[in-house]
Amino acid sequence: MAGARLLLPARLTLGEVVQVRLLIQHDMETGYRQDMDGRVIPRNVIHLVRCELDGVEVFRAEASSGIAANPYFEFPVRITQAGVWLVQWEDDAGVKGELRQPMKPG
Amino acid sequence: MRGWLAWLYLLCATACAEPERWLPLAQVQSGLAFAGRDVKAMQADVNANPAQLWLAQGRTLWDTPAGAAQRSCSSCHGEPTRLRGVAPRYPRLQAGTGRLINLEDQVRHCVSERQQAAAPAFESDPLLALTALLTQASDGLPLQTDADPALQAHRQAGAEIYQRRQGQLNLACTHCHDRHWGQRFWTDALSQGQPNAYPLYRLEWQRLGSLERRLRSCYVGIRAEPPPLGDLALRQLSLYLNWRAEGLAIEAPAVRK
Repeated sequence: MAGARLLLPARLTLGEVVQVRLLIQHDMETGYRQDMDGRVIPRNVIHLVRCELDGVEVFRAEASSGIAANPYFEFPVRITQAGVWLVQWEDDAGVKGELRQPMKPG
Repeated sequence: MRGWLAWLYLLCATACAEPERWLPLAQVQSGLAFAGRDVKAMQADVNANPAQLWLAQGRTLWDTPAGAAQRSCSSCHGEPTRLRGVAPRYPRLQAGTGRLINLEDQVRHCVSERQQAAAPAFESDPLLALTALLTQASDGLPLQTDADPALQAHRQAGAEIYQRRQGQLNLACTHCHDRHWGQRFWTDALSQGQPNAYPLYRLEWQRLGSLERRLRSCYVGIRAEPPPLGDLALRQLSLYLNWRAEGLAIEAPAVRK
């Protein structure tokens, strides 16, 4: 089960640059491990994370084997209007995840 | 001669008697006290703490009807906060059967008996998510054990496991966690082995894990054969750990190295 948490500061002011924090739940199998029978466990990491704010891409990360399990991303964004956050990710097994979260600057 | 022997026996009985508590209650400290600065920061930051992902999952499961009975946890229990004070009292004796059960066993029992669904496997995400949610509901409350005599027998059995040398390294729990805590073990500070924060997010596991899993990895650490998941010995050991840490506050959600 892959969940995610997108976290914004409690108080948002228009025109302000804020730190957006993102936490995604994923095992991130590196592809270097073997199972008990010596077979290589295929790599399965989230290879693409995209964040959109009202349809405009504001953050993109292309990850590979070195990514931590349950990774934490943090990036700055200038808030210019109210809108809906859309976070999308896809792993090597083709499983896609999505998170929608409305944001209202006060 | 006989008088001298009797005197020697008396001296031994008083001086060599094992103290009831190797670790005085006044010195009990959470594992967090032995963690590094970065781990402490990760746990303290509500947003960066990865255990939040499981808590969110647990919250969803709590309200989702499941099984043949189409009941959710909340249809019987209401909000998880209503179960504040439940987590610190496990392991305990199950009403009716008298078996020694921990919180995981209780959740599995609820799922199979009340919801009539397949009980989640030990160490599976749903089980960890629900036990983490229940432990969080008791955040800050002190650990406690009942004075029930039947429970004391299990606690005694747990104490024996705790004191028994085992494995290729021939160590008992007490050697590290009662006598050398605070000292360095390679790069890490040895903790007191306190159970107050489980289930917790361990960076080594890269996921949430139960106290049972942690105990099993201690067995592996001393090159002893770990008891299987769900084994009575692990329940008895965690009961003893609870008693040993009586009064220590529950700390959830927690992160450890």
